[in-house]
Amino acid sequence: MPTSSSTPWTSAKPPEPGPDDHLRGEGPLVVEYADFECHHCALAHLRLRELRVTRLFRHFPVNSKHPRARALAHAAEAAALQSRFWEMHDLLFEDQAHLDDPHLWQRAERLGLDLGRFEADRRSEAVAARVERDFRSGIRAGVTSTPALFSAGRLHSGAANEVLLNALRQGPNR
Amino acid sequence: MIEAGAQAPDFKLPDQDGNEVSLADLAGQHTVLVFYPADFSPVCTDQLNVYQEVLGELEERGVKMLGVSVDSAWAHKAFQDHLGVSIPLLADFHPKGEVAKAYGVWVEDYGVSARSLVMIGPDGTVEWSYQSPSPLEIPGANLIFDALDERQAA
Repeated sequence: MPTSSSTPWTSAKPPEPGPDDHLRGEGPLVVEYADFECHHCALAHLRLRELRVTRLFRHFPVNSKHPRARALAHAAEAAALQSRFWEMHDLLFEDQAHLDDPHLWQRAERLGLDLGRFEADRRSEAVAARVERDFRSGIRAGVTSTPALFSAGRLHSGAANEVLLNALRQGPNR
Repeated sequence: MIEAGAQAPDFKLPDQDGNEVSLADLAGQHTVLVFYPADFSPVCTDQLNVYQEVLGELEERGVKMLGVSVDSAWAHKAFQDHLGVSIPLLADFHPKGEVAKAYGVWVEDYGVSARSLVMIGPDGTVEWSYQSPSPLEIPGANLIFDALDERQAA
């Protein structure tokens, strides 16, 4: 059973939004650490989509649990290099039953990406380093499972986190 | 539980492959013992999966990580395969919980060890220890890195 909890930060805070972070939406900031092969992350995505929030996505691939996690994170970053990060993010979470390489190529084609460039980028060291940077910042911020959502000074673990969702539904409270 | 500055109690336990691992084998490096309640329990699963992802960074910093629970070596082998982790798992199985008791992390009511971390220095002295306030709470790997940073800044 996934546990769902909300705790104050006990270690380093996650880094502030930077120029190459992936941000979308308007409203209170929610920093998500997530893994594209994680079902609870897909559920959290659906729930957050309904709310007025600014979402900041960071990669937290737990490869020993989800063998495709890193490959998927790299694919999303390769799409980002063609300005299609969020589109790829949504397409990955929408169909977690199809996450093999040919399915990634289908998504890339659907988004109109240059496929040759996508293939080269997703295997590049720069993209691997970008994903690893996110992962390490999550570790430093005390992330132990996905999804981990940081909002208004608290770390919320688990997709079905009513504490977080209720707080966000009521709007910013600061 | 055992605290920084204490001599780490000696132990000799079989790992998942039946090889005996003793404290003496670990001399000369930093070791983190990860005491956890039980193989195949949901929270322990997430804990070892996330630690597996930082093994490379720990190794870069000269740290070896070992899991310890009261499960048998055979159960450990199956658990390791199931999780896809390479962290060696030691069987504190017979006499049950002897090492957990020596390290002060035994929970008599449940017959398992508390979720706790013990960092042992190259000379066999305990450098840092931490026990989760609740068995449901996974100690983040950040705590290990914080402890290492403090040691190396000192």
